[in-house]
Amino acid sequence: MTERMTERMTERPPLLRRLLRPRLRSVDLLVAVLLALLGFAAAVQVRSTQDDGPLRGARQEDLVQILDDLSNRNDRLRTEVDDLTQARQRLSEGGGTTAAAIEEARRRAEVLGILAGTLPAEGPGVELVLRDPERVLGADVLLDALQELRDAGAEAVQLEGPVGSRGEATSVTESVRVVASTALLDGEDGVVVGGVELRPPYRFVVVGDPPTLASALGIPGGVVATVEQRGGRAEVRQQERVVVDALVPLEAPEYARPADD
Amino acid sequence: MIPALALVLGVVLGLVLQPTVPAALQPYLPIAVVAALDAVFGAVRAQLDGIFDEKVFVVSFVSNVLVAGLVVFLGDQLGVGGQLSTGVVVVLGIRIFSNAAAIRRHVFGA
Repeated sequence: MTERMTERMTERPPLLRRLLRPRLRSVDLLVAVLLALLGFAAAVQVRSTQDDGPLRGARQEDLVQILDDLSNRNDRLRTEVDDLTQARQRLSEGGGTTAAAIEEARRRAEVLGILAGTLPAEGPGVELVLRDPERVLGADVLLDALQELRDAGAEAVQLEGPVGSRGEATSVTESVRVVASTALLDGEDGVVVGGVELRPPYRFVVVGDPPTLASALGIPGGVVATVEQRGGRAEVRQQERVVVDALVPLEAPEYARPADD
Repeated sequence: MIPALALVLGVVLGLVLQPTVPAALQPYLPIAVVAALDAVFGAVRAQLDGIFDEKVFVVSFVSNVLVAGLVVFLGDQLGVGGQLSTGVVVVLGIRIFSNAAAIRRHVFGA
């Protein structure tokens, strides 16, 4: 023990001396440079490991593996994106089709409503006023007039009576929309149109091409001539805008159903 | 004293400069550091044993780093780089532990 202590004591001075007063040999310098390099590399490595997350220190094949996984996942997600894009496109196209179908159906409903008399209509047309002070105009004359008007392209017709002296509607005037199923019958004081008795003077309010309608009514042997011949008076007025606002109540058919195409 | 100062200087430089490790060196740097640490521990032990020789230290330091890098490089070429890196670290770790134990016996006498 004592021997070892003395041995270490004798060993100490050169070590201490060397530590305190280092000799700068080239080998010492090399050692210092190497250690500096070690410190530098260690610090850099620690730094980069801390900085860049788990991928920084990962090995090449690990990175390749990770990259493969990411590529696969990317492919899957891309496929999913494609599918979803197509689905969205289909849905939006379908939505467009539906909207177009609704629009078309609405348009058809309007056309049919005008034809069936369930919707009011307006447009250019004529007013045909038939005065019958002598009660000589029966349902046949009115029916002839109606057929003539339909031939001339009347699109919406209503029959009114009695109208005022200038052919205007008054508070007692009754209006009946004339449609395909409207029947005209001779009544006691006038003409029963669609179940409503109208008294003269009558007035047709017709939506259609005014000159065509007027000329159709005015042809020789036509409606105007017949009325005049019978002793009544007929007056045709072309109008830029007439309103056919009498409506036929809409009744669902009891038996008839749409047939399959 | 000078080696210790140099070590501290290197650490400070590395922390201050924060250089980016070139991609080619990335697999080798950690192994090289561990190998160099092994050499340093060996040197400290030799110093305490009184048989420290600068030339031996320089050669062992450089050869340690080179061999470790070479082994990792070979492992990469053979497709077992990861496993070989682990092996190198394990071997060097064992050596560092045994050196550290010797140093401990010298310093604390136990």
